[in-house]
Order: sequence, then structure tokens, then C-alpha cells
Amino acid sequence: MAHGKRSPAFYWLAILFGLFVLFLYGPVIVIAVLSFQGPEGGLTFPMHGFSTHWFHQLFAGQSIGDISGAFGRSLKLGLVVMVITTIASFLAGLGFRSRFKGASAIFYIAIASLIVPSVVISLGIGAMFELLKIDRTWITSALGAQLTWTLPFGLLIMFAAFNRFNKSYEEAARGLGASSLRVIWEIVLPILAPSLLGVALFGFTLSYDELSRTSQAAGALNTLPLELQAMQTNATTPVIYALGTLTTLLSFTVIGLALALAIFLKRRRARHGSDAVKTA
Amino acid sequence: MSQPDLNNTMATPETRRRVSGPFWSVLSTPRIAPYLQVMPITAVFLVFFLIPVILVVVISFFDYQTYDILIPDFTLMNYQDVFSSSVTYETYWTTAKLSLIVWAVTLVLGFTLSYFLAFHVRSRSRQVVLLLLCTIPFWTSNEIRMISWIPLLGRDGVVNTVLQTMGIVKQPLEWLLYSKFAVVLGYVHLYTVFMIVPIFNSMMRIDKSLIEAAVDSGAKGWQVVLNIILPLSKSGLAIGSIFVISIVMGDFVTVNVLGGGQVASIGKVIVTDLSSLQFPPAAAESMVLLAFVIILIAALVKIVDIRKEL
Repeated sequence: MAHGKRSPAFYWLAILFGLFVLFLYGPVIVIAVLSFQGPEGGLTFPMHGFSTHWFHQLFAGQSIGDISGAFGRSLKLGLVVMVITTIASFLAGLGFRSRFKGASAIFYIAIASLIVPSVVISLGIGAMFELLKIDRTWITSALGAQLTWTLPFGLLIMFAAFNRFNKSYEEAARGLGASSLRVIWEIVLPILAPSLLGVALFGFTLSYDELSRTSQAAGALNTLPLELQAMQTNATTPVIYALGTLTTLLSFTVIGLALALAIFLKRRRARHGSDAVKTA
Repeated sequence: MSQPDLNNTMATPETRRRVSGPFWSVLSTPRIAPYLQVMPITAVFLVFFLIPVILVVVISFFDYQTYDILIPDFTLMNYQDVFSSSVTYETYWTTAKLSLIVWAVTLVLGFTLSYFLAFHVRSRSRQVVLLLLCTIPFWTSNEIRMISWIPLLGRDGVVNTVLQTMGIVKQPLEWLLYSKFAVVLGYVHLYTVFMIVPIFNSMMRIDKSLIEAAVDSGAKGWQVVLNIILPLSKSGLAIGSIFVISIVMGDFVTVNVLGGGQVASIGKVIVTDLSSLQFPPAAAESMVLLAFVIILIAALVKIVDIRKEL
């Protein structure tokens, strides 16, 4: 299996894999094409001409809700979630390296937070704010709701990273007299940079697209996914495809930047690296 | 902090402490530091996960009225309403069936694709690229990914047009969109990645010499898969199953977009209650859902120790 000629199974599996990738990306490509419908065009094929009419409509936006407001909120919320998720997960990852009371309790709470159905968490947060007579807003209750989704992912990534982390570099630095803070800053952080980048990517993208947990927690002003949901129920024009294309493009840009940065970090290490780089 | 005894502090934590002042020294005391480091994450889970979920338990026993949405009380009324309605049982039955189908499809698909990636793709970098190809859509909007099925599956959609042009069907197929079929398709589209990643991860830990030994002893390809790879990737299969089942059981978004009011789900019942501000009945429904999910997961967790998998 591992040597010599390809077995026939390889080709069947490769075809299946190819079909799966088509299945994953095909639909999004279809709406990307449809978002360039001519002004007369409808929600499905055939294409009636080719134009950027629906993108203009999106920005002219009288009939459609508060797209730019929702977009702005989602972007800001995504960045805040990203920063909090990265810092909190990194710190927790450091903490979990030593034994302390309650470690496994916290770990299982994090796992539970990931798999308790989103609608239950959203309802609980909504009810909590209702009982405390605090208005639910996108930057308070919705922020908290999204963190219950992004932090477990962040923590799991940090666990995986620290499991592969070779402590002897740290000990060497300590032995040479570096302070704890300096060890973290000059040894731990650079080695873990790619993993932290991964945490940040999860933090931003999962927040930017989150709907289920945010739904009961966002309050009066919608985030972009909530706005999209409202639009979707009475969409009659390809304007929703235009919005879909743009927001997917933004996601791809963010993912692309993260991957490019990861490759850059890897290459830079390969060039300047000592042995320390091989561990991460 | 007490002044460290300089004679006895060689190479102990105290030596380090002096370097960067009293504040940091408290933070980096080996015994206290971990507590401080996990504090932020614990605080978030406490305030936005534990307390809310406990609150849902409490509220499920509350009373409610049209203009007073939460009246503290201890009543079993909400649970009685849940269990006395035939709609409840139908909804649970539908949701359980959908979950089972989606679980089976994503499991087989996830296992097969992971097997291809782990054992048939030979270069490490190609594996990474192909795995990324599977995960990138996970970082884009689920909603858009659901909506993008509509022009494909609709009455005048791409699939129907192709089928009619090829003469396979005369009338457009109505069950393609706003149907259980569409919902299952949507789930498979969105959540197979939750199977692929953990299963691939388990498979990459399988000692390749085991497989070589089996092949050398004359095992056929399918015997290797069935007797070696399948049992050794069971923890990945379990983790993926936990993800897929808990997401599908509680889902209300996919059911809405691709079910178009034709498909019921527990999550949707809860959200409908909430849209009319009926918190206590929604809470009771949530508790039943949660119990259902916990039972299923408890069965799966027996198979796997999650922390060892990372």
C-alpha cells in the first residue's frame, strides 16, 4: 500500500475525493456566478446578461435592511472575539501544562460548551439578560455567546500545540537566567506562533459566521448572519447572492492571509531557524 | 512576598522570581500561575455557559404569561405540555431519524475520505493541502453554503433542468428542495468535515508497520481496512459522531433554510417558542433535547478519551 504502484482502490478513492470537493465548492461557485445576473435575471439560471447590477443594489440598499451596519458589527465583533479567543486560549494552554485542582473539570466544561446544542446556550444567555433586566446587545451578550463556541476550539488547538511542544528549550532559557515573562515572549510565543495563528483564524471566522448561538443573544441590532437570515426568508432577487459572494470572498481573504502568514513563518524559520523550529 | 533566602535558592523558582519584580513573581509562582492563566477562560464559561444552562434548567419550571414572560415558580406544567403533545413525539422521531441518516452518511463518507488522505496520499504536504481543501469551507458562512443549494435544487434549478434536458424525468422533481432530502444533503455538505478531521487525526497515529505486517502475512486490502484501520480509528469516529449528532439534533437553521417549513426539528420548536417570547416552554423543550443528546454522547464517550487524542 505504501510502496510501489498505485492500487486500483487509489483511483476510485481519488475520484470520490474529487467529487466530494466538487460537492463542497460547487454550490458556492454557482451562486458566485448567479450574483452577476443581469438586471432582468432571477434567482436561478439562465443568466440574463452579465452585470454587477446586484452588487450596486446591495450598496444602494433601500429595500434591503441595514447591510452595512450589520457588516460593520460582524467585523468588529469578529475581531474582538479573535483577540479574546487567542489570548485566553494561549493563557489557558499555559495553565493546563501544570497540574492544578479543577483542571479536568474546566476541560470537560469546555468540551460541554462545544457540544451542548447552540439553541440551548443562546436561550440561556437570552434568559439571563432578561432576568437581570439588561438589554441584550451584539457586543455584550452576543460576544459571550460566540466565545462559548470559539474558546473550546482555541483551547483544543492549544492543547494539541503544547502536547508537541518541547519543554527543553524553555528549560534551557531558564537555566541561562531568563525570567518567566521573557521565556514566554522569546521562546514559547515564537515557537507556537503558527498554532496561535490557527486559533486566531478560528476565532475570527467562527464569530463572523456564527448564527445559532448569536440568534437569541444579539438584541436589537443584527449581525451579518442574522441580517442574511432575515433577508433569505423573503429573497426574490439575486441581491442575496451578491451579498453571499462578497461575504464568502471576505472569508476567503482572511483564510488566505492566515495561510500565507503561516507559510511565511515556516519559511522564515527554515532560513533562520535553529533546532527550536522543528518542534512546532 | 517574603525575601528569599539567598543561600538556598540556587536554581529554584525563587531565583527566577527576583528577576522581574514582585508583581510578576506572584503571577509566575508555579502553584498560583496556572489558576491565574485559566481564569479568563473559566470566567467566560462560567458567565456565558454554566450559569445560562443552569438558568435554563430553573426556567423550565417557571410560569409565564403573555406580558410577563418569566414568573418565578415551581411548576411541571411546561414538561407536561411537552410530553402530552403528539407533535413532540413526531418532532423527536423526525429529528432522531434525520440525525441517524446524517450520522451514517457522514461516518462512511468521513471514514472513506480520511482513509484516502491518510493511506493513499503519500506526501505529507499533499495531505495537508487536501485536508485544508476540506476544511476551508468550514471557515466560511454556513448560511451562504445552505442558501447556495437553492438555485441547484429548486423547481427550475440546475439539477431539474439537467434531468429534464437529458430526458430522465418529464416533470421537475419537487422533493429536491424544501424537503428532508435537501436538509440531509445540507447537513452532509456542512458537517462531514467534523468527521474527516478527527478520523484523519486518529489514522495518522496508526503505526504503519502494523499494516505492513498484515500485508506481508497475506492480508487483503479490505481486511487491513476492516481489521486494523477501522478499530484503531474508533476514537476519531467517536469524536466525529459526537460533533455531528449534537449539532444535527439541536439544529434549527438548516431545517429552516433547506426544509422550508416542511421539516420539523426540536431546535425549530424551541426557536418558535422563543420568537413568541415563551421562555419557560422553550426551556423545558431544551432540557428534553439536552437529556437526549447527553444520553447519546455518554454512550459514545465510553469509547474514547478525548484528552488523549490531541
